[in-house]
Amino acid sequence: MFDKILIANRGEIACRIIKTARKMGIKTVSIYSDADKNALHVAMADEAVHIGPSPANQSYIVIDKVIQAIRQSGAQGVHPGYGFLSENSKFAEALDAENVVFIGPPIEAIEKMGDKITSKKIAQDAGVSTVPGYTGLIKSVEEAVQTSNEVGYPVMIKASAGGGGKGMRIAWNDGEVVEGFESSKNEAVNSFGDDRIFIEKFVTQPRHIEIQILADSHGNCIYLGERECSIQRRNQKVVEEAPSPFLDQATRKAMGEQACALASAVGYTSAGTVEFIVDKYKNFYFLEMNTRLQVEHPVTELITGVDLVEQMFRVANGEALSMTQDDVKLNGWAIENRLYAEDPYRNFLPSIGRLTRYRPPQEISSETYVVRNDTGVFEGGEISMHYDPMIAKLCSWAPSREMAIDHMRLALDRFEVEGIGHNLPFLSAVMDNAKFVSGDITTAFIGEEYPDGFKGVTLVTDTLKKIAASCAAMNRVAEIRRTKISGRLDNHERKIGNDWVVNLQGQSFTVKIAADPQGSDVTFEDGETHRVSGSWVPGQSLAEMTVAGSLLVMKVAKISGGFRIRSRGADLKVHVRTHTQARLAALMPEKLPPDTSRLLLCPMPGMVVKVNVDVGDEVQEGQALCTIEAMKMENILRAERKGVVEKINADSGDSLAVDDIIMEFK
Amino acid sequence: MKDILGELERRRQAARLGGGEKRVSAQHLRGKLTARERVDLLLDEGTFEEFDMFVAHRCTDFGMAAQRPAGDGVVTGWGTINGRMVYVFSQDFTVFGGSLSETHAKKICKIMDMAMQNGAPVIGLNDSGGARIQEGVASLAGYAEVFQRNVMASGVIPQISVIMGPCAGGAVYSPAMTDFIFMVKDSSYMFVTGPDVVKTVTNEVVSAEELGGSSTHTKKSSVADGAFENDVEALAEVRRLVDFLPLNNRQKAPVRPFFDEPGRVEESLDTLIPDNANTPYDMKELILKVADEVDFYEIQEDFAKNIITGFIRLEGQSVGVVANQPMVLAGCLDIDSSRKAARFVRFCDAFEIPILTLVDVPGFLPGTSQEYGGVIKHGAKLLFAYGEATVPKVTVITRKAYGGAYDVMSSKHLRGDFNYAWPSAEIAVMGAKGATEIIHRADLGDTEKIAQHTADYENRFANPFVAAERGFVDEVIQPRSTRKRVSRAFASLRGKKLQNPWKKHDNIPL
Repeated sequence: MFDKILIANRGEIACRIIKTARKMGIKTVSIYSDADKNALHVAMADEAVHIGPSPANQSYIVIDKVIQAIRQSGAQGVHPGYGFLSENSKFAEALDAENVVFIGPPIEAIEKMGDKITSKKIAQDAGVSTVPGYTGLIKSVEEAVQTSNEVGYPVMIKASAGGGGKGMRIAWNDGEVVEGFESSKNEAVNSFGDDRIFIEKFVTQPRHIEIQILADSHGNCIYLGERECSIQRRNQKVVEEAPSPFLDQATRKAMGEQACALASAVGYTSAGTVEFIVDKYKNFYFLEMNTRLQVEHPVTELITGVDLVEQMFRVANGEALSMTQDDVKLNGWAIENRLYAEDPYRNFLPSIGRLTRYRPPQEISSETYVVRNDTGVFEGGEISMHYDPMIAKLCSWAPSREMAIDHMRLALDRFEVEGIGHNLPFLSAVMDNAKFVSGDITTAFIGEEYPDGFKGVTLVTDTLKKIAASCAAMNRVAEIRRTKISGRLDNHERKIGNDWVVNLQGQSFTVKIAADPQGSDVTFEDGETHRVSGSWVPGQSLAEMTVAGSLLVMKVAKISGGFRIRSRGADLKVHVRTHTQARLAALMPEKLPPDTSRLLLCPMPGMVVKVNVDVGDEVQEGQALCTIEAMKMENILRAERKGVVEKINADSGDSLAVDDIIMEFK
Repeated sequence: MKDILGELERRRQAARLGGGEKRVSAQHLRGKLTARERVDLLLDEGTFEEFDMFVAHRCTDFGMAAQRPAGDGVVTGWGTINGRMVYVFSQDFTVFGGSLSETHAKKICKIMDMAMQNGAPVIGLNDSGGARIQEGVASLAGYAEVFQRNVMASGVIPQISVIMGPCAGGAVYSPAMTDFIFMVKDSSYMFVTGPDVVKTVTNEVVSAEELGGSSTHTKKSSVADGAFENDVEALAEVRRLVDFLPLNNRQKAPVRPFFDEPGRVEESLDTLIPDNANTPYDMKELILKVADEVDFYEIQEDFAKNIITGFIRLEGQSVGVVANQPMVLAGCLDIDSSRKAARFVRFCDAFEIPILTLVDVPGFLPGTSQEYGGVIKHGAKLLFAYGEATVPKVTVITRKAYGGAYDVMSSKHLRGDFNYAWPSAEIAVMGAKGATEIIHRADLGDTEKIAQHTADYENRFANPFVAAERGFVDEVIQPRSTRKRVSRAFASLRGKKLQNPWKKHDNIPL
C-alpha cells in the first residue's frame, strides 16, 4: 500500500479522501491556493503544499504545479477527487511519466469515455442500450434536419464535448432543429473550442439513474447498485438517493451488467459511474460514463457498506477486489442533499462570504439510522467566489425510504448555517414535497414543482399549531426570566399569566398554558391540547421540542415580541402576546415595504474602483454593481432588487461624495 | 354608600374615555393607540396606578371653561416593568390634541418629582399638538417647569422619551434633554418649526415627514436613538431597554439570570480578521459572539454607522459597548461618530454601566468638511468622555489602533482597567506606508527602498507587542477566548471604586 498520497483537490472531497487514507494508515498531502490557506482540507492533511493564486486555472488545474507539489512531497499516488483534473488524461499521463500512481482508471479508459460520440459507439459495440440516434457527426443544417426526422421527434442536439447543459438543445420540429443546431454549435465552440455536434432521441419524462461500478486490474468488475439523481436544477444534481424508488431487480441487474460490460470493453479499473436515462416504461439508455469518484458516492457507500475511496486505493495498488457480485447486498435506503451557498429566494444566485455560524447536525452511525455530513468548511471559514458553491453533502440512511426521508428532514432542521444565503429551506421543501415523497420524480421535477422559482414554504395548520404551542412555552420561559431581574419591588413582582395569543403565518391561535416541571400542556381554543417539552432556554439558536409526542426542531432567533422560527423550510415571524397586547396589536396598520429607490446612491465618500455592470444589463437582487474604495477599503455595492440598468453616472477612478447617484434603474 | 362608590366608578369611566369614542377611533385609524392603551403596553399588566385622573384645567378664556375634561390631556402615574418601578406620562391626543396646559404640565412635574425622590426612571410618551394656545404664557411656563426637571433629573434617573405623534415647537426640548428618544415610523415627527413656517420664512417646501420624521432623526440629525414599526413594537422595545438600565444613579447596572456560558469559546473569531488589512469585516459579529445569548440592544443604529453603540449583558449584567465598525468608512472616527459615542459613554458612566470598547480604528477622517465642522472639538468629546468615566472599562483592540484615535478609544492612558489586544492588533502612530513615507522621505523616489522600509516598519510596529512591552496593553489574548477574558475582567471590576476630584461640573467641549 502507499505510504503517502497527494489529493489533487480541495473542499469536502479532499477531506473525505483524507479520512479514508488516515483510516488505512496512509499519509496525506493537500494542495492549496491562496484562497484556501486556512481551508479544512489543509488543516486535516499531514502536509500541505501551496500551489498558487486563488483561481483554479492558476492553481488546482495547472498540471505542472500539481506535479511540482508531488515531487516536493514525495507522494507515491494521487487521488484526483472529482472535477478539476479528475478526468484529464494528460494529467494521468504526466503522473505516469513521474512514476506516480493515478488513483483512478487507465489513461485509455479516460480518453475513450471522455468523448460523447466515441463513448456511445463503444457502448453500442459492447451491447449497451443507447439512445436511438445518429452517432456520426452532423456537419450541416440539412443533415441535422434529415437525421432528426429519421430518429423521430423530439430530438436532442448535443455538443460532443458538451457538459453542464452547455451546447445542448431540445427540438420538437424541423424549425427548432435549424435554430438549435446553429446555437448549439456556437455555444460548443465558445465553451469547449470544439464544434462537433450529434443528434439523438430526446427521452421525455426521463429519470437520471446511474450505476456505480468497481473494477480491478485482474479482470474483475462488479456493480454496486444504482443511484437516482433525477432532482436536478440546471443539470446540477441537488438530491440523490440509492436505491432508486423506480427500478425493479431485473432492470437493476440488466443495467448493472451492461455497465460492467462497458467497463470491461475499455479495460476500466477503479471506481466509475455509468449514467443512464430511464423512461417511464423502464427503458434505459446509456448517457455517459464518469471515470472518477462521483459527488454522490456516499449514498452507495451507505447502502452497500463499501468504502469506495478505500477500494480505489486498493485497486490502484494492484489488489484484486475482495468481493464478488454475489457479495453485494443493497441494504436500506440512503438520501443525499447537497447544501449549496446559493440563495433560493433570489433565483439561486450564488452567495459568498463568511460563515458566521456553521453547525452541522451531529453525525450518527447506528443500526437504525445514519446521518453523515461530508463537508470542507468550518464556522468562521469563507465561501469563496473561486470554487464550486457546495457547502456540504448531508446524507441520511435508514432501513426504509420513508424513514431515511424523516431523518433527513430532522437533520436539515438541525443544520445551522448563517452569514451567507443557502438552499436549506429549499431542500426541506423538497423533502416534504408530495411527489418526492411518493418517489414519482423525473429530471423535470424542480421546473414542474417550482415553476416560478422557490417562494418559501407555507406550513399546514397542524404544523403551525405545533410551532405555536412550542413558542408559547418558550416565550413563557423567557418572560419568567425577565421577571427575575435585580432591583424589582419585593412582594410586587410581575406575574406571568397563562393565556396567550400566538400569531404566525397570518394565523392566530389563542392558547392556555398549564406548566409543570417537566413541560407544558398548551390548550387551544378548539380544545386540542399539545404536550410540549424540551430543554430550550433563551439564547439557544436551536430548539428541539417534543410536541404532542413528535420531535419538532426549530432554529430560533429573538425578534420584538416573539421569535423568528425556521423549520421545515419555512421562515416565520412568531408573535406571542397577552390578550391585551394581541387586541392592541391588531389595531396596528399593515405597512407595505418601502419603495426602494430606483437609484444606486454612494453610501460613503470614496473612489470608484470598478463598475461591474453595463447599461442595459438585467441585474438580480444582491448582484454586485459597483466597488467603492473608501479609507483604503473596498466596499461592494449590491443591487437591492431585480432591475435593468438604465444609466451609469460613475466610472472607475471617479471620486464620489455621499449620496452621489452611481447608477439608475428602469 | 353604594351610590358614593358608584360615583367614583362613573367618574373614572368618564376620565378613561379621554376625548370620546369618536376621537379614539380617529386615533386608531391613524395607526396610533390611545394614551391609556400605550401605558397598558408599557407596564406590567395591572400595575399602573394613575395620579391626577380628575385634574382639569383652569382656563376661562376663549370659552374653555365649558370644556374641562378630567385628566386634561395627559395620563400620569407609576407602575412596574418586569417588577421594577418606573414613572410614566402619556399624552392623550384625543383631549385637546394632547396640548400642554398649565395643569397638564403640573401633572408631569408631579411624577417627575416623585421619580427623583424615589429613584425610578421617567418614561414620557409624547403625542401632543404643542402648547395650549388658549392658555398663552401659562402653557409656556408649564414647558419650562418640565425642562428644569429634565435638567435636574439628568444623570440621576434614566429618562426615556417615545415620540408617538406630533412633537413640535417648544415641546421638543423636553425629549431633547432626556437620555433616549425613540420614534414610531410614519406616525411621529419632531421639529422646532413646522413645514408651514419653514415655507414662509425660507421658501423651502418640505413635508412634515421629511422635515422631522423618524428617518430624518435616526439617519440625519441623530436626534432620535431608534425608530420602531408601530406603537406596539416601540413600547415592547422600551421595556427591553429598561431591562438594561439601573433605576437610578445610586444603583449598579441590573443583573438577571442568564443562560450562557461565561467561558464560551468562539473558535470562529480566530478568522474574523481578514488576511488583507484593507478588507472590512463586521464588528457586530464580535459583539454578538461576546454577548450573553446573542442579545444586543443597539442605540443609534442608523446614524454614524462607523461606530457602534449599544447594550449587551455579560454574566447577566448590563454592559455598554462602543465599537468601531470597519464596514463603514473603515471604522474611522469623525464628527458624527465621536459625538454619538461620547454621549453613549457619558450615559453609561452616569448610570454605573461598565463599558466594553472594541477597537479597530485607522484614525480620524481627514478633510475640509471635517475640519470646518470642528472635528477637533467633537473628537475631544469622546476623548473627554472616556477620560472622565469612572465605571469599569475593558478594551479589546482587534486590528488597527492608529494615532490619536488609539488614545481616544479607551486606551490604557485614559484609565482603562483592562486593555487587551488580539495578536492581529497594530498599535502605531499610523499605517506602515504613511509612516515610511514620512520617516524615509529621502527615499521616496526609490520604490524598492520604500517597499523595504515599509516591510521593516510593519515588522517592527504592526503588532501589539510594542505596546505590550510598555504595558499599554495588559495582555495579548486569543480572539476565540474574548468572551471568557472580557467576562472575567468585568467580574474582577465589580468592586471598582474610582472618584474624580470634586468640581461643580466639568467643562466638556460642547
